[in-house]
Amino acid sequence: MRIVVPLKQVPDTNNVRIDPKRGTLIREGVPSIINPEDKNALELALSVKAARGGEVIVISMGPPQAEEALREAVAMGADKAILLTDRAFAGADTLATATTLGTAIRKLGGCQLILCGRQAIDGDTAQVGPQLAENLGVPQVTYVRRLDLEDGVATVERELEDGHEVIQVKLPALFTVTKEANKPRYPHARAIMSCYGPGKLECWSLADVGLSEETVGLNGSPTKVKRTFSPQPKGQGEMLSGTKQEVVKALCRRLRGRSLL
Amino acid sequence: MNLKVILDKCDGCGLCAQSCPFGGIVVEGGKAKVLDVCTECGICPESCPTKALDMGGVAVGPAEQGTAAYRHILIFAEQRDLKLTRVAKQLVGKARDLANLLGVKVKAALLGKGVEPLAQELVAVGADVVFLYDDPKLANYQTDAYTKVMFELINAEKPEIVLFGATHIGRDLAPRLAQRLATGLTADCTELEIDEGERLLLQTRPAFGGNIMATITCPEHRPQMATVRPGVLREPDPDPSRRGEVVVKAVKVTDADFGTVVLQIIKAAKQAVNLEDAEIIVSGGRGVGGPDKFPLLEELAGLLGGVVGASRAAVDSGWISHDHQVGQTGKTVRPKLYIACGISGAVQHQAGMKDASCIVAINKDPLAPIFQLADYGIVGDVKEIVPAMVAEIKANWMEGKL
Repeated sequence: MRIVVPLKQVPDTNNVRIDPKRGTLIREGVPSIINPEDKNALELALSVKAARGGEVIVISMGPPQAEEALREAVAMGADKAILLTDRAFAGADTLATATTLGTAIRKLGGCQLILCGRQAIDGDTAQVGPQLAENLGVPQVTYVRRLDLEDGVATVERELEDGHEVIQVKLPALFTVTKEANKPRYPHARAIMSCYGPGKLECWSLADVGLSEETVGLNGSPTKVKRTFSPQPKGQGEMLSGTKQEVVKALCRRLRGRSLL
Repeated sequence: MNLKVILDKCDGCGLCAQSCPFGGIVVEGGKAKVLDVCTECGICPESCPTKALDMGGVAVGPAEQGTAAYRHILIFAEQRDLKLTRVAKQLVGKARDLANLLGVKVKAALLGKGVEPLAQELVAVGADVVFLYDDPKLANYQTDAYTKVMFELINAEKPEIVLFGATHIGRDLAPRLAQRLATGLTADCTELEIDEGERLLLQTRPAFGGNIMATITCPEHRPQMATVRPGVLREPDPDPSRRGEVVVKAVKVTDADFGTVVLQIIKAAKQAVNLEDAEIIVSGGRGVGGPDKFPLLEELAGLLGGVVGASRAAVDSGWISHDHQVGQTGKTVRPKLYIACGISGAVQHQAGMKDASCIVAINKDPLAPIFQLADYGIVGDVKEIVPAMVAEIKANWMEGKL
């Protein structure tokens, strides 16, 4: 069985800070990492491979330095890595990204299982997974926290806000995986040494993928960033007063207004 | 590469370099220079006061997709267990405001089994037309079947805007649909506005973990699609006398349209998670009064779907175990909501929780430093306020926030 795990190299947004004077991002010292839930997807792929055999291919669209993320995935146990890198891919929104990834996966000869992270911590869109499933024409289940495979049929648990669903689907299929699914492994020291060995990583350009320039990158992206700005800085807090019934009612109303209740 | 520096216009001010989240542009020899790490995210041209950064041609949609052929706003009216989600009503309310600016109608797509009574509820909050798809096959949300129905409806009706709640269902359906329609989709928006001149939907959302806000448009493709975070838009008061049209639609899905089968739906509160992953934390300090009062906090946390934390004072007193401790010698947390109960707010405690998005402080001492940090402060006894809050939530706020 061939399993493809698309992954994204992201800035570790948990360490991003705002310069309070200029209102801009401070990026010095912010490391690039494999998107955390993509690691959960990779861990799930590796455990399926351990149980049933097959190969795990990781694929990423990004700048040349995304090679680091792919090498790390190989060190964790992926058999092969493909880096889609070309100036023409830059500026892609989720539609163009899914189109590019889907075309590349078809070029690989397809696969039985695609495992994605639920969402990336820089964009938080959670869109590329379902869009890739549509591009590949396979069924999808999002927010998957558990996967069982039997005779080419997957039984998965899909998280809902108020519980979960048990869903059955015949492969090929695409699942987006949450952090509840597992705890990603750390690579062994020896694997870290050997992940730089020959034959583990291929770089594909626009011509290798075989798409036209109009369908990828900024050109192939219907959405445009019109402007960016810093969120409103926290103002002075509000003291609630009145009887205890009044204050808790006032608090509940404010929490509901911020979608916290 | 699409991003170009127009050297004649560039005065080397460096604002672009400051604005870039990726370190993709620098000033060298008094002029901006684009580096290889540039992802062409489109942020820097906005920052340039002399308009010296050019992103090149914008994407060209399929020629037949003339945007003028698309009119009206369509809402995916998500329901669960035959109840409209609150976000569906919030979307209709917002769509009403936007539609009035555009001079168009608000239409809603209602899918499910036995959902006909919900149509009037949609009309009451502002829908002009409700497309009703009532069929046993649509009883439970299923990606393929719902996508097929919505795809055909959008192709027939040609709405200029389609909105979904950013729920686990909306965020499953909307991207699948956007890819099939080959149009743009913006995720998890927190504000929607209209650029009346350009007739464009301005979709604002947080990015980079909420560190910056971005306004996204979809200029050349239709429909313009967005998912919207539940709870950020106002829910309109229903007007039961409001009139609208209910259009009963035939459901043309067959078993072959289902790529997945829902075997079981289990309703349950989310399992308790560890402090670092928790979205809501109810934390107790010395002011809680003793170990026998921590169950009050647990009850509140349970109702909110959160977990219990503690200050060092409470842990050192032996009221609760160390794995609950938040602060410099405990855990650093970043929840959406942190309720500090009887915690004075020493610097060491603040170090572990100051990045919570919303902080509520309850303390008897009005001068406690925790109030300097709080979004909402209540001066009072935890032993009285927390039970009152539990009672209030049980009485009036159990409906759920979807």
